[in-house]
Amino acid sequence: MGEAIVITSGKGGVGKTTTSANLGTALALLGKKVAMVDTDIGLRNLDVVMGLENRIIYDLVDVAEGRCRLQQALVKDKRFEELYMLPAAQTKDKSDVTPEQVKDIVLELKREYDYVIIDCPAGIEQGFRNAVAGADRAIVVTTPENAAVRDADRVIGLLEGSKVPAKLVVNRIRPAMVKNGEMLDIDEICQVLAVDLLGIVPDDERVIKAANSGEPTVMDPSSRAAIAYRNIARRILGDMVPLMQLEERPGRLRRLVKFLGMG
Amino acid sequence: MTDKQRITIKGVKDGLIFLFDDQCELSELMEELQFKLEKSHQQLLSGPLVHVHVRLGARSLEEEDKERIRSLIRQKGNLLVQSIESEAAAEEGDAAGMQAFKLMTGMIRSGQTVEHDGSLLLLGDVNPGGTVRCTGDIYVLGALRGMAHAGCEGREEAIIAASLLRPTQLRIGDVISRPPEEWMSGDASMEYAYLEDGRMQIDKMNQLARMRKETMLFKGV
Repeated sequence: MGEAIVITSGKGGVGKTTTSANLGTALALLGKKVAMVDTDIGLRNLDVVMGLENRIIYDLVDVAEGRCRLQQALVKDKRFEELYMLPAAQTKDKSDVTPEQVKDIVLELKREYDYVIIDCPAGIEQGFRNAVAGADRAIVVTTPENAAVRDADRVIGLLEGSKVPAKLVVNRIRPAMVKNGEMLDIDEICQVLAVDLLGIVPDDERVIKAANSGEPTVMDPSSRAAIAYRNIARRILGDMVPLMQLEERPGRLRRLVKFLGMG
Repeated sequence: MTDKQRITIKGVKDGLIFLFDDQCELSELMEELQFKLEKSHQQLLSGPLVHVHVRLGARSLEEEDKERIRSLIRQKGNLLVQSIESEAAAEEGDAAGMQAFKLMTGMIRSGQTVEHDGSLLLLGDVNPGGTVRCTGDIYVLGALRGMAHAGCEGREEAIIAASLLRPTQLRIGDVISRPPEEWMSGDASMEYAYLEDGRMQIDKMNQLARMRKETMLFKGV
């Protein structure tokens, strides 16, 4: 029996879908059987980020309403044998499926796969309730902004209410801004939210580029965000991986300048 | 007339307060009340309509005695008895308030609200967007980063105390206050908020005993 993990945040645009795509891919990279479920009905994105948009035949609503079997709706990834995605419907609405239906689908997937990654829509309404229904645990994504932390707090409260243990991923950190005190630092965020930190992901332009080309960032090991996502995936498997050092090591020229006492 | 006054008349914003001595006989009080109303304070007590609050101190009276006081004061056409209060009753109320003291463990996160009739001791944080509302005092053993409303049914003596007082907003009684920059003292000492002359003040926890003691001393004036 596998484990279902919901990726949620409350606020939109903090990187739920990116995190879902990258963690799903990273877990597959580590040899796990993974199914990703997009529950953002009406605004589906996961397929775009994964580059699987043109392979969709059936979707979540079709499965829920019995128009097809679950196996028929699952889209196989182009890079990994054992990575699948269940897309959301684009024409329907969040209220077209019930939490029970999603729960049944997730339960069925858990029998087959090691990990079921559920991509949650923004907000705390029906879509959120659908996504959380079948989850065993949650990853709450936030960015170092007050508004995002506020919403993460709200979501953690709701998750506690439905007895889903939550861990935190802080996304899009800019080390330079944190250092200057212009951005919330990780300690501050953890103090307010009071949940375990699962990982931190530095802001990286390559994530945007990768998402646009339908290629998850984790595939590019030269990107710092990719390493961060791989670390998080290993922590999900239970490995002890130290937090990434955010301070970038100064380049060779910089170090030379400093050595000469001119910096 | 004896040398010691048994009835003190004070003027306040919305009328007059009659403070009755609570040690002497009731008959003496009635005599003096009549004397004051008809003789010594004649000038003071005539004129436009004035609301009167009677404070009985620690004395508690039967309804018919209260009615006697009312009718006596009402004889002066412009005086209107608003209330007859006894501290004996108020103290009973306080005892009830103490019984409603509640201990709670947990975090109040954004969007969550805790309401309680009485005072609350919370072991945990109140996050921004979270709300604690009590008719009595609020004590937070943790960080108060959200909104707290003490004495929400008008008890202005209520206080809000927290290990780390960093609220988005504080309310005591009907007074609403937003923390100005200087509240953020930075040193990690426990602080509390209280009302002084209708304005919200912040002080270190060790000052609370002093403040509370004073209110005790003022009892039974």
